[in-house]
Amino acid sequence: MKAGFAMIIGLLCAQLAFAIDTAPAFADPEQQARYERVIRELRCLVCRSETIADSNATLASDLRRQVREMMAAGKSDQEIFQHMVDRYGDYVLYKPPMAPRTWLLWAGPILLLLGGGAIAAFVIARKSHLPDTDPADPGLGAS
Amino acid sequence: MLRFIIPIGLFAALVAFLFIGLGRDKETLPSPLIGKPAPLFELPRVDDPSQKISNREFAGRPYVLNIWGSWCVACRDEHETLMEIARRAEVPLVGLNWRDELPLAQQWLQQLGNPYVVSAFDANGDVGIDWGAYGAPETFLVDAKGIIVYKYISPMRIDVWEREFLSRIKQAGAKGE
Repeated sequence: MKAGFAMIIGLLCAQLAFAIDTAPAFADPEQQARYERVIRELRCLVCRSETIADSNATLASDLRRQVREMMAAGKSDQEIFQHMVDRYGDYVLYKPPMAPRTWLLWAGPILLLLGGGAIAAFVIARKSHLPDTDPADPGLGAS
Repeated sequence: MLRFIIPIGLFAALVAFLFIGLGRDKETLPSPLIGKPAPLFELPRVDDPSQKISNREFAGRPYVLNIWGSWCVACRDEHETLMEIARRAEVPLVGLNWRDELPLAQQWLQQLGNPYVVSAFDANGDVGIDWGAYGAPETFLVDAKGIIVYKYISPMRIDVWEREFLSRIKQAGAKGE
C-alpha cells in the first residue's frame, strides 16, 4: 500500500521533470518556461501521439533544437508555429487552428451533446405521455 | 415507420464512415509542400564533402529527390529499386543523406551501389525538415519549374515509380514544360 502510494507520487512527479533534455535550454527561467510551453504544443511526426517535448525520436530532438534556435533569434511563438506548419501542415500543432474547415471538429462535441440531449428530451417527453403498459415493469414506487 | 428508419439510417451512416475509414491511409501525412516551390539547399556532397551541391543546379528540368540514411532500414529495401530507376535514367535521382554519418553513408553507396547523380549530406537534419520529412525513405518529384508535384513515403516500388512518378514526368514533358 505504502509502496504503491510512493509509486503514484513518483509517477506524478515524473510528469513535472523535464526528462528528455537533461540541462535546461535557457538560463532565463522565463525563456525556459516559454520554450517548454511551445514544445508542448508541437506534435512529434514520428510518434504521433506525443509532443516533441515528450519524444525521444531524432526528429523531435531536431525540432526542439530548431525551436531553441528560433527563440534565440528572437522569433515569436507565432513565427515558430508557422515555420512548423509550413513544413508539416496543421497536423504538427497539438491544438488544431480555428478555421472554416475545422469548425466541425471544434463544434463536434457540442453538436453531439445538443443532438443527444434533443433526442433524449424528445423520447422522455413522448414516453411520459404514454400510459404504463409494460406488465413486467411494476412502475415507479412499486419496489 | 420512423422508429425504424432513424436507427437504420444512423447505422448505415456509421457503417459508411467506418467503411471509408478502412480504405484511408492514416500513416501518410499529407505534405503542405505539394504544389509549392521545392526548398532550396546547399550542402556538402557525400562523395566529396569539400564540394557543395545545391538543388539550384537542377532547375529547368524535373528531378527526383530521395531522402535516405544508412540508419534507415527501409532504405535498404528500396535500394535495388532505386538502382533500377537509375539504370533507366529517365530523370536525375538526387539523394538527400539525412542525419547520417559521412563514412557510413559513403560505405553504403560503395557496398550497395550508388543510384544517385549526387547525394547531399544533411548532417543536422535541417534540410530534411525544410522538405517536411518525418521518416526516410521519402521521395519527391520536382518539376521543371521547381515545384514539388508529388511525394511518396515508403520504400520505392517500381510500379509506384511508373504509375505516380513517370506518368507525371511524361505529362509535364508533353505539355512542353
